[in-house]
Amino acid sequence: MACISPDGKPTESGTKMLLALQKGMRFAEDIAKDAGLPLFRVRSGLRDIVVAGLAERKGEDYKLTTKGAELL
Amino acid sequence: MEELREQEARLPRLGDPAPDFEVITTHGTIRLEDYKGSWLILFSHPADFTPVCTTEFMAFANIYGDLQKRGVELLGLSIDSVNSHIAWVRNVEEKMGVKIPFPIIADLSKEVALRYGMIHPGQSKTETVRCVFVIDPNQIVRAIIYYPLTTGRNMDEIVRLIDALQVTDEHKVATPANWRPGDPVIVPPPNTQEMAEERLKQGYDCNDWYFCLKKL
Repeated sequence: MACISPDGKPTESGTKMLLALQKGMRFAEDIAKDAGLPLFRVRSGLRDIVVAGLAERKGEDYKLTTKGAELL
Repeated sequence: MEELREQEARLPRLGDPAPDFEVITTHGTIRLEDYKGSWLILFSHPADFTPVCTTEFMAFANIYGDLQKRGVELLGLSIDSVNSHIAWVRNVEEKMGVKIPFPIIADLSKEVALRYGMIHPGQSKTETVRCVFVIDPNQIVRAIIYYPLTTGRNMDEIVRLIDALQVTDEHKVATPANWRPGDPVIVPPPNTQEMAEERLKQGYDCNDWYFCLKKL
């Protein structure tokens, strides 16, 4: 996973995405802008973050989970 | 060879939807759909740790900022492992002082290379030639360039091609030979005699009814 290290901790880009989610950003485009990352990277990273249980996805809408918040 | 022949029959052509992929890259797992809404330059190189490819990657890194300003992302590909890619980009940064900021696909299975027609057996059966696929924000293939193993690509031409495609889309015009941003563009030829006659009255710089230029 590009955004989550093998030890389960978010990488630098993963942390930026999680912080954007914590600030209330819900869509990949907004998260990319807030995190200063290319949109393709955010779309790819959000998949990893969801699989790791750090965020939930409903349609195009992302939300930080309790597990994700605890990592920050 | 049979697999190669079958793939050749289905190679993407200009105007076709870009063949889909989900790939392992130096930036993690990426899908083609991740680039929706952006222009994408998907390009292949023969192999990591080779001199022509190294010069090309440094040159692509140099134009990456200019491409991003135009809404374009870069995605490299070769039939090497992700560990080889990581070692190579670290070597390029350490020895040449150039950071490679874009992802590189590790296409060990050749799945994407075959789907996009990047292996030309007359050149090499095991390496990808120097392909450039320009894919638009709707994921349609808009331009394809092939270069042989021995010739490094021209970055000015790649940026010029992007500028030309974007101007064409925005203004519904065409661009003449050697066009550069700021140069006059070609007004599409008229389809009827009436349009041809009207064309000459519209204040364009016309050499004849079918050959009119205008400034943007």
